[in-house]
Amino acid sequence: MTKQVQQLDRVIIRFAGDSGDGMQLTGDRFTQETAAFGNDLSTLPNFPAEIRAPAGTLPGVSSFQLHFADHDILTPGDAPNVLVAMNPAALKANLGDLPRGADLIVNTDEFTKRNLAKVGYAASPVEDESLSEFRVHALPLTSMTVKALADFDISKKDAERAKNMFALGLLCWLYHRPTEGTVSFLERKFAKKPEIMKANIAAFQAGWSFGETTEAFSVQYEIKPAEHAPGLYRNITGNTALAYGLVAAGERSGLPVFLGSYPITPASDILHELSRHKRFGVRTFQAEDEIAAVGAALGASFGGSLGVTTTSGPGIALKSETIGLAVATELPLLVIDVQRAGPSTGLPTKTEQADLMQAMYGRNGEAPVPVVAPRSPSDCFDAALEAARIAVKYRTPVIVLSDGYLANGSEPWKIPAVDSLPMIEPGFAEADQDDFQPFRRDPETLARPWAVPGTPGLEHRIGGLEKADGSGNISYDGANHDKMVRLRQAKVDGIANDVEPLEVDDPSGEARVLVLGWGGTYGAISAAVRRVRKSGGTIAQAHLRHLNPFPANTEAVLRSYDKVVVPEINLGQLAMLLRGRFLIDVVSYNRVRGLPFKAEELAGVIRDVIDSE
Amino acid sequence: MSEINGHGVNGGGVDGGGPLALSLVPKTDAKQTMKDFKTDQEVRWCPGCGDYAILAAVQSFLPELGLRRENITFVSGIGCSSRFPYYMNTYGFHSIHGRAPAIATGLATSRPDLSVWVVTGDGDALSIGGNHLIHALRRNVNLKILLFNNRIYGLTKGQYSPTSETGKITKSTPMGSLDAPFNPLSLAIGAEGTFVARTIDSDRKHLHSVLRAAAEHRGTALVEIYQNCNIFNDGAFDPLKDASVRDDITVRLEDKQPIVFGAEGQKALRRTRTGSFEVVNTADVDPSEIAVHDASNPDPSQAFALSRLDSPAFEHTPIGIFRNVDRPSYDELMRDQLDEAAESQGKGDLAALLASGDTWRVD
Repeated sequence: MTKQVQQLDRVIIRFAGDSGDGMQLTGDRFTQETAAFGNDLSTLPNFPAEIRAPAGTLPGVSSFQLHFADHDILTPGDAPNVLVAMNPAALKANLGDLPRGADLIVNTDEFTKRNLAKVGYAASPVEDESLSEFRVHALPLTSMTVKALADFDISKKDAERAKNMFALGLLCWLYHRPTEGTVSFLERKFAKKPEIMKANIAAFQAGWSFGETTEAFSVQYEIKPAEHAPGLYRNITGNTALAYGLVAAGERSGLPVFLGSYPITPASDILHELSRHKRFGVRTFQAEDEIAAVGAALGASFGGSLGVTTTSGPGIALKSETIGLAVATELPLLVIDVQRAGPSTGLPTKTEQADLMQAMYGRNGEAPVPVVAPRSPSDCFDAALEAARIAVKYRTPVIVLSDGYLANGSEPWKIPAVDSLPMIEPGFAEADQDDFQPFRRDPETLARPWAVPGTPGLEHRIGGLEKADGSGNISYDGANHDKMVRLRQAKVDGIANDVEPLEVDDPSGEARVLVLGWGGTYGAISAAVRRVRKSGGTIAQAHLRHLNPFPANTEAVLRSYDKVVVPEINLGQLAMLLRGRFLIDVVSYNRVRGLPFKAEELAGVIRDVIDSE
Repeated sequence: MSEINGHGVNGGGVDGGGPLALSLVPKTDAKQTMKDFKTDQEVRWCPGCGDYAILAAVQSFLPELGLRRENITFVSGIGCSSRFPYYMNTYGFHSIHGRAPAIATGLATSRPDLSVWVVTGDGDALSIGGNHLIHALRRNVNLKILLFNNRIYGLTKGQYSPTSETGKITKSTPMGSLDAPFNPLSLAIGAEGTFVARTIDSDRKHLHSVLRAAAEHRGTALVEIYQNCNIFNDGAFDPLKDASVRDDITVRLEDKQPIVFGAEGQKALRRTRTGSFEVVNTADVDPSEIAVHDASNPDPSQAFALSRLDSPAFEHTPIGIFRNVDRPSYDELMRDQLDEAAESQGKGDLAALLASGDTWRVD
């Protein structure tokens, strides 16, 4: 039969199932096919902290949302147009986000009495009127998969497990996705289990053919490729981009990268990724704890490596003392904090921006540390390079504030030419200087020399005790301490003039309200700004990459607007810094739900502030 | 420093000879003396502190190794002993309480051309830094750890330490401490230490011989040094120093030699059926019954049994090298993996890495 083809400009799909149903993999494959097709996209994986919560329960639901379009998009989308629910728990957990008229594909095989009861459904919602406001496609996905795989020599369990590939095949048909990538992916993934490989490919193709032939779907959708600047592209997550940025920093500085890390969600993938790149001379050290991880990184920095440690908020708390030592010894060190919801263990797999104050002030004494925050998954690459540049040039620890949303989210990335990446000059102290002084500063940067062991004639001792200006000898002199505290602060403050100025997007030049964000909220804020402008509002937007120090023009930018709105996924930490620093009473908007902001929500906030003018 | 290549080895000056642990550390032709290793900093330990003797021993022994001074680094934690690096004219890093092994692990793992020494105390190494110590030992990181054990907290003015005897009356334990002490050597052997030794601050010759063996050991060497704190725990090791009794209680371990001791060699150690050691009169037993020390035995049970002989009462205290077995050091293993990766996959190509995975071109 001939299907009707409908053009769409964008779609938001959410795959939801039990944590064992392979939803992350399904979403990831759909994403890869979508990226290869040329749509712009943004993704939001959302999964429980438990590896396998009890099957079929609400806590065990894992989902993957993908927003793709024929134009440039900024967020993984507020609400899905399509929900694939592999069981009743997935339906119940996600139904609230579904707008009226959305497509709902449910796997009826899992809607058994027992599974329904597990999540408190007295009767199947598929069979009564409770889903009448959606376009429901009730399909026995599991049994169709098992039937399609009847001829394969695999267990019933293995056949059932391929249902995610059946669903993926169906969705690929529905949205005109290419399929070659997934077939070759399955060939690689199950290379050692040929029968399982063939079965999964068959399930994938059966899902596709089912869409083609069934009457359940009368319409097929097309979303044209987006306009992208010419170049070579790939899809990339924040954690992968960050790891690549660290490898690139090593290559562009000539410094061997040394990563000391202790596994922690959601940062572990950076350790995994870097451990695969030993051919670059990257050393990865899985330490006995967070403290040893940063300690080893600092020890490697002392020896002339690019020392890096990766963690999340609880790990930063443990590393604080060593970060302070790096401040005192003025050695380069990269500290990557992939923020998650806190305090304490908090919500390990959910995102938050509440470590800003910890990054700024979470140490004893006056211990200024530059702070850099990436704005999107692919921007994690540039942020890592920028952090490395500052760390090496200024001989200082630098904290990078990524977050769980950026870490696991993905987007297309135009792969940069290696030649276009900044060079980083280590500038090691030269051997055999007369009157070498380990704390004599460069007059311009205020950085001290990086004199690494093995350099003849520069033998010296560093440590956490206060050092005399210049000579670096231990000094208990109060006046010297006052001077050193101010010098360390001045060194970090001076970086303000060595970073890109805060850029304002104010197309009409007539905005009276500025929305200012930082880090991972860039996509949602930008999408909200677009909506406000589309509906006739006038709004300016700026986004901070450097949180410490702020770019030199920050105060001037803020003062040129009547009102400044600061949305943050915390209770107003940047707002407090801005108020404290500039005495500007910004309007703070805060939600801490473990999820990114929604564009529509922020658009409403911005409109309210504009209207109150 | 001329360059650090991808593997972190300093260019030039590498002498292939000598023990494996030091084979990558550049040697000097210049004649060194103790004076070369002294700094201009005023030494600020209390007069009479055992640390002075250890400092002098280290400064006078290092010239024997003939290493370039700039390729030696001392890393310490916090405590009286941890001031040590300031008095050594080498590279030095006075770090954080308990963390010296962790910091030194990063340094030693990335710089096989350095001889890296950790100076620590019983509180630093065994209390706040216990975790790092045991993990450095099991990994066999190329570190020489000098554990100054004075069985007391000195810098914080006299609280009991993890090696203080139970019941110790201190400022923080007016009715006596409740904690059972650690035996640092039993701990190190249990943590898979490959070189475990004990020496004493007052015996310069013995210190030298143990330090030398430690320096040349492949991987982590843990040297416990009994060190007198004459302010807060004076006389803690007096029985081992008192000429009238020391020979009768000090068991000097010599590898491959029967374990006999006493001024006239009149005492010996015999292994019991349970694996522990008992003290016997040499004259009363057949020579074949006397235990022969075997530091290189892969089975650590004999070394462990020897470590258990020591007690706060100093009935019998073995000193010397308890265990000295050969196992690849951590930096070697890591370097091998880097080399293997570069060999099997080719040296890293950044452009290829960035463009790996599924890509597409927009024209």
